[in-house]
Amino acid sequence: MAVGRITRFNMTSLALGLAFLYLPIVILIIYSFNASRLVNVWGGWSLRWYHEFFGDRAMLDAAWMSLSVGAVSATLATLLGTLAAIGLARGERFRGRALFSGMLYSPLVMPEVISGLSLLLLFVALNAERGFWTVTIAHTTLTMCFVTVVVQSRLTSLDRSLEEAAMDLGCDPLRAFLLVTLPQIVTAIVAGWMLAFILSLDDVVIASFTTGPGSATLPIRIYSEVRLGVKPEINAICTLVIGLIAVIIVIASFASKLSSTRGESAAPF
Amino acid sequence: MSARRIFARPARLAAVAPYLWMVLFFLVPFGFVLKISLSQTAIAQPPYTPVFDVTEGRQALTAALAQLSFDNFKLLVSDDLYILSYLRSLTVAVTSTLILLLIGYPIAYGMARLPQRWQGIAMMLVIVPFWTSFLIRIYAWINILQHDGLLNQILLTLHIVSAPVVWLSTDSAMYLGIVYSYLPFMILPLYATLSRMDASVLEAASDLGASPRQAFWLVTFPLSLPGVAAGALLCFIPIVGEFVIPDLLAGSNSLMIGQTLWLEFFTNKDWPVASAAAVALLLLLVPPLVLYDRLQRRQLEGGR
Repeated sequence: MAVGRITRFNMTSLALGLAFLYLPIVILIIYSFNASRLVNVWGGWSLRWYHEFFGDRAMLDAAWMSLSVGAVSATLATLLGTLAAIGLARGERFRGRALFSGMLYSPLVMPEVISGLSLLLLFVALNAERGFWTVTIAHTTLTMCFVTVVVQSRLTSLDRSLEEAAMDLGCDPLRAFLLVTLPQIVTAIVAGWMLAFILSLDDVVIASFTTGPGSATLPIRIYSEVRLGVKPEINAICTLVIGLIAVIIVIASFASKLSSTRGESAAPF
Repeated sequence: MSARRIFARPARLAAVAPYLWMVLFFLVPFGFVLKISLSQTAIAQPPYTPVFDVTEGRQALTAALAQLSFDNFKLLVSDDLYILSYLRSLTVAVTSTLILLLIGYPIAYGMARLPQRWQGIAMMLVIVPFWTSFLIRIYAWINILQHDGLLNQILLTLHIVSAPVVWLSTDSAMYLGIVYSYLPFMILPLYATLSRMDASVLEAASDLGASPRQAFWLVTFPLSLPGVAAGALLCFIPIVGEFVIPDLLAGSNSLMIGQTLWLEFFTNKDWPVASAAAVALLLLLVPPLVLYDRLQRRQLEGGR
C-alpha cells in the first residue's frame, strides 16, 4: 500500500513509537555501567556490577539453570513443533484436526497463571519431583506452539508443486520431504528454536509454578530482587541478557530473512 | 492431487507425537484444575481433599466423588474480593486494549506507508522488543519511574513539578507497563493487514472524489478491521490474566484476577480456591479464545 506521500504525521508517529519502545532499554544499559551504588546518581563508567554478578554464586546457578532449561526445552519444542506444523500444513483433513490446532494456537494467548497452575497440578498428581525437568516440560509445551506457527506459516507459503514434482519423479513421501521440503523450511526451524529459547529465558510465571525448592531460574531470581527495589547488579544482569538476546536475534534474522516473511501471520513472530 | 494425498498420510503420522504431548500437558491438566476447584482445602500434601486413588477400588472412588462440591465457586461469587478483581481485570484489559489500538494504529499505518525497502527494517525494529525479555523491559521502567528516577529528575530540572511525583504503585504506571509490553502485539497484525491492502482501491476512492480523510474512514479503516480484531484479541486475552505487570507496577489496594489467583496459591496455599479462580477466568476467556482460534486458523491455512 506504499502509495501517496508519507505525511509528517506518519513519520512522527513512527519515530515516537520507536523511541517509546527503545529508550527505557537504552537507559537501563547505560546505568548498568554506572560506578555509583545509588542507582540514579551518575558516578562515572565502571564494570563493578558485572564483577559483582560473576561473584554471586546463587545468581550464576540461576543463570545456568535458565540456559540449560532454555536449550533443552527449545530443542524438544522445535522437534515437536515442526512435526505438528507438518501435520497441520500437509495432513489435509483428519479427525481431531480442530482440537489439535486449537490446542496449539490457544497457549499463544493463554494467561500464564492458568498454564502454570494447571501444569503444576498435573505434576503433583503424577507425583513428579519438581525441578529442572518439570520446568523444561512446561516450557516445551508453551514454546512448541510458537515453533508450530512459525514453521506452519512457512510451509503454507511454499510452492507445493515442487514436492509433487519430486513424487511424480519417483520419490517416496519421506525422500520428497527430506530433499525438497526440509531445505526450504530449515531457516524457519532455526528461527523457531531461537524464539523458543528466548521465550523460555524470559518466563517467570510458569517457572514459578512448576519449579521446586532450590532450583530457581534467572527470571525468578530477578523478579524476587526487583520486588525489593532497584539494584545496580540487576541492571548488569539484564544488560547481559539483552546482549545474549541481541546476538540470537542477529543470527536469526540472517538465518530466516525475517523481514520478508514475517508479515503473514496474525501473531508477531 | 494424488501426490498430495500420498503426502498427507505420513504428514498426519508426524502429528501423532505432538498431538499426544499437547493432550497430556495442555488438555489433561485442565481436568485437574477442574477437579481440584471442586475439592476442599486440607492441611496435607497435596493440600486438598479428596485425593483420588484408583488402587483403592470403586467404592472409595465414588465416596471421593461424593465429596466434590461447588463451595469454592459459591465463595467466588459471594466474596467481594473476587468479584472486584474480576471486574478490575476486565476494566484494565478493555482500557489497555483501547489505548493500544489508539497508539498502535498510527504506528502501523506509518509503517505501511513507508517505501518498500524501509518496511522490513521498521518491522524488525518493532519485533526486536518483543523478543527482548519482558521482565527486563518492565524493570527498565521501574528504573525510570522510581522516586529519584530519571523521569522525576527531568521534571524537577525543567521546573515542571516542584517535588518528586509518585509514579510507581499507581494505575498509570501499570497502564504504561501494559501498553509498553503489548505494543508489538498490536502493531504487527495491524501492519500485516494494512500493508497487504490493494493501493488501487484508494486510487479509485480519490478518483471518485473522496478526500484523503474520507478515503481513510470509508475505505482503509473498514478494510483493516480483521487486523484490528486480531491485534485486539492478541492483547485483550493475556492482559485479562496478567500477573507480573500489575504486581510490579500497580498499587496493592486493588488486585487483578491473576494476582488474586497467585495470592491464593502461593501465600494462602489454598489450591482449591486458586483452581476455582482459574476455571472462572477460563470461562470468561472462552469466547475471545474461540474467535482468536478462528482468526489464526484463517491466517495460517490460507483464507479458508
